[in-house]
Amino acid sequence: MLAYITLLLGCQLAGEVLVRLSGLPIPGPVVGMVILFIGLVVRGRVPVEMEKVTGTLLRYLSLLFVPAGVGVVVHLKRLSDAILPVAGAVIVGTLITIAVTGVVMQRMNRKGAAE
Amino acid sequence: MTPHLQELWVYLSTTPLLWLTLTLVVFQGAEALFRRSGANPLCNPVLLSVSTLSVLLLISGTEYKTYFGGAQFLQFLLGPATVSLAVPLYRQFEAIRKSLVAIVTSLLVGSLTAIGTAVGIAYVLGAEPAILLSLAPKSVTSPIAMGIAEQIGGIPSLAAVMVILTGITGAAFGSWVLDLVRVKDEIARGVAWGIAAHGIGTARAMHSSAVSGAFAGLAMGLNGLATALLLPALVGLVR
Repeated sequence: MLAYITLLLGCQLAGEVLVRLSGLPIPGPVVGMVILFIGLVVRGRVPVEMEKVTGTLLRYLSLLFVPAGVGVVVHLKRLSDAILPVAGAVIVGTLITIAVTGVVMQRMNRKGAAE
Repeated sequence: MTPHLQELWVYLSTTPLLWLTLTLVVFQGAEALFRRSGANPLCNPVLLSVSTLSVLLLISGTEYKTYFGGAQFLQFLLGPATVSLAVPLYRQFEAIRKSLVAIVTSLLVGSLTAIGTAVGIAYVLGAEPAILLSLAPKSVTSPIAMGIAEQIGGIPSLAAVMVILTGITGAAFGSWVLDLVRVKDEIARGVAWGIAAHGIGTARAMHSSAVSGAFAGLAMGLNGLATALLLPALVGLVR
């Protein structure tokens, strides 16, 4: 278990280092994900112990966003002054994006499968 | 409060332990409520947790800085959790390779739609520039959005809040919207969730199916990259 926690942190660290060295506008963890992905392709399977660690982290993924969300208390004044534009952009904008993206992906995917 | 209890509160309220524990307690309570409500979108666990904890901070007069001192340990885990997305990605490798062209097309359309609708709607409704620039990267995961906001002249911590609100909206109502436009394909649902609502959308997609979750994680990572490249260029064009 500890070995795989270390591995995850190691991938993240390697990602951070690569990002700093290359100046790419991507966060280190995303590069870390690519590194681990390549590792899995080379290895050819997911070790059971590793699955336990990654499965647990991903099971509680949404919890990890709570601390940043509570940051809303710092911006209450600014947000309540702009409640209409913010609510419009966040709610309507996000739902339009989901609908458009979902429709495009479904159409393209079907077309690809039919060829 | 008796002087004794007050001392205890003064001590506890500044240690990381109290707010970290409270965050875990509140989140588990929120998840239980969400399940009991039959997955009612308005009982979304992140929404309930953020609002409950915010109210607790406000009534106890606690500063966000103090709260974050404890809760930052959870935020730290976002890094390893993002790396963990390689596992579902690996499991769906074959399917992803087959849909590569479709994914890239959806990515470009989705990324531009996310930026365009956010800025367009807020502009029409009269938002000031600082709000517009903090809203623009709202569909990408919080660390990237904060970096982009800083680069284009928005407010990073406000951008993070917009990101979370976006994620909550996507997770809560995404399923309903996707049903409405008759998107049934698990892959397409995952990609939509990942592009529009980043990690919170990905968490939601994972609850609905492993395939959706893997594609959402991939789409989230790609959209972070696409938005980081596109948005500063777009802002440069407008200026």
